[in-house]
Amino acid sequence: MDNNINNDLGTPEVIVPSVTADAGVVEDRTQRNAGNLEVSRRGGLEAVGVHAWFNKHHALADVSLHFPENTVTGLIGPSGCGKSTFLRLLNRMHEFIPKAAMAGEVLFEGEDIYAPGVNPIEIRRRIGMVFQKANPFPAMNIGENVIAGLKLARVKVDDKDALIEECLTRAGLWNEVKDRLKAPGGSLSGGQQQRLCIARALALKPDVLLLDEPCSALDPGSTLRVEETIVQLSETMTIVMVTHNMQQAARVSDYCAFFLSDGGPGRLVEADLTTNIFSNPSDKRTADYVQGRFG
Amino acid sequence: MTTYQYTDVVPEARRPWDHSRSTALRAVALVVLAGIFGSVINQLTGLSGFLGWYVGLAFAVPVIAFIGSARHGWNMASDRIATSLMSIAFATVAIPWMSIFWTVLKNGSKAFHSSYLTSDMRVTSFSDDLHLGGLKHAIIGSLLIVLMAAVIAVPLGVLAAVYIVEVKGRFARLVRFLTQAMSGVPSIVAGLFVYSTVIILFGTFSAVAGSLALAILMLPTVARTSEEVLKIVPEDLRSASYALGASQARTTFRVVLPTVASGLVTASVLGVARVVGETAPLLLTVSYFVGTSASITEPIASLPVYVFTGLTLGDANSATRSWGGSLVLLVMVLVLFLLARFASSRLTRKR
Repeated sequence: MDNNINNDLGTPEVIVPSVTADAGVVEDRTQRNAGNLEVSRRGGLEAVGVHAWFNKHHALADVSLHFPENTVTGLIGPSGCGKSTFLRLLNRMHEFIPKAAMAGEVLFEGEDIYAPGVNPIEIRRRIGMVFQKANPFPAMNIGENVIAGLKLARVKVDDKDALIEECLTRAGLWNEVKDRLKAPGGSLSGGQQQRLCIARALALKPDVLLLDEPCSALDPGSTLRVEETIVQLSETMTIVMVTHNMQQAARVSDYCAFFLSDGGPGRLVEADLTTNIFSNPSDKRTADYVQGRFG
Repeated sequence: MTTYQYTDVVPEARRPWDHSRSTALRAVALVVLAGIFGSVINQLTGLSGFLGWYVGLAFAVPVIAFIGSARHGWNMASDRIATSLMSIAFATVAIPWMSIFWTVLKNGSKAFHSSYLTSDMRVTSFSDDLHLGGLKHAIIGSLLIVLMAAVIAVPLGVLAAVYIVEVKGRFARLVRFLTQAMSGVPSIVAGLFVYSTVIILFGTFSAVAGSLALAILMLPTVARTSEEVLKIVPEDLRSASYALGASQARTTFRVVLPTVASGLVTASVLGVARVVGETAPLLLTVSYFVGTSASITEPIASLPVYVFTGLTLGDANSATRSWGGSLVLLVMVLVLFLLARFASSRLTRKR
């Protein structure tokens, strides 16, 4: 499509928030409102005309998407369509990749997180992230892992034990580890480690939680527990999760956004209420994907 | 459908994958046969002595291994030949090492007497009777100099590695290049450098000047080993830390370095082992002192210079004292190594 768009990475494209991109994206807030879900325009997180590059490779093109407060949005689409790249753009983890570039705006509470003067550390503290592969800190025990974020950020905690218990409980792990908080984080099973990582992200009390395929390496039991956790958390925070599991997207998310790459950069094809995406998608490719006809 | 019926009979636990006795017997037979073959070759050709016998044995081992296993097919035979070649290579390296250790132990132990480790050479000369004098002064001096060198070089080396791997600063490639170039600096050049700066400036030989010279030699070893150690920290951990809103400094000091603490201890030990036996820089910077002293601004004794002094004197008693010093030096490195292993295992177990 537009592979020659990035002649000069230094000056971002002029961004026109796309109402109808050429891929047929419908950024349809009216429909969301019609779904009687409370949408706060100022709150939550919003991407406006976001592009991403790795070196000269245009990985993601013109994504505009709004994540209303206290909802779960599932990002779905085949591998390599830019979902994870998009997710990492939302809390400024994208910039750790050498030679990465971006364009567009990501509005958090109405402010662009890429504006000059914004402290990325503060952004990442308020927009937490859980990775595909569980990554507890090996040099810390379970309890230390939970409050690692606070320690790393030099935040004083009055009652560490209460916080550890609260976070582990919310992550659905407390009952399994309460007797061995001094054990190393690596001694837990894969599913427990992932929930430990969720607890670690929760300890910072983030406003938004980004999850990059959090259940891809988990057994069905752990997956179920993590999903319950996500639904519960969405009462108090905005959640964006990448998933390859259609049933999971249907079970957990309020909204779904379908990404697709046709060989060029990944694009947002359709974003809508999850029920619409699964029962009545407006784009044929979405219907094909969610019904398992490709990808 | 029937439910599976469990039995209460627990069979005896076995280890069918362990080497059987016949495997061990075969290895012994192989070495004995090869040894005989080596003797035969010694008789038939111009080879002679232990070396000649060993060369014969080294050639015979893979040949016999092949003959013994050819009936099992080429797969098995190539496996056995490779194994025998590895074993020979190991022995070829291990024999000189054991020979060095044995020679030092045999000659060095002659110098030992009841107060060898607790007396110095203040009132004794090297050629005196072996039950007089000792090397307390040299042990204290060596420990002091090496400790000071480590205090200088280990933090610098680790920080250099952090700069290269974590900060990835503008000059990271230059720093890496310079540490590589520094690791090729001959030790006497490091000594000469410190002599021409510190010694000339202050006008006196001193222990601290020796530490500086040793630190120059130690720095590249610590930096390069630490660099390799830091490289094995998975990127996941850094991502996790950054995603929790940690700064780079906090990530490095609270997540990355604790994760590889035991590896950094190993890097430090390698650095110490690199310099503990250096003689030339100490001759140029610390000189030698016959008495026990812990003053860092004056010349003091050290084990390498003690050994060197004994050898230059040339008589039998002086040479024996040198062997004794060598033995103490070897044991000192061994003790330091074990201490570091112990420390790093404590660090690891705390997790």
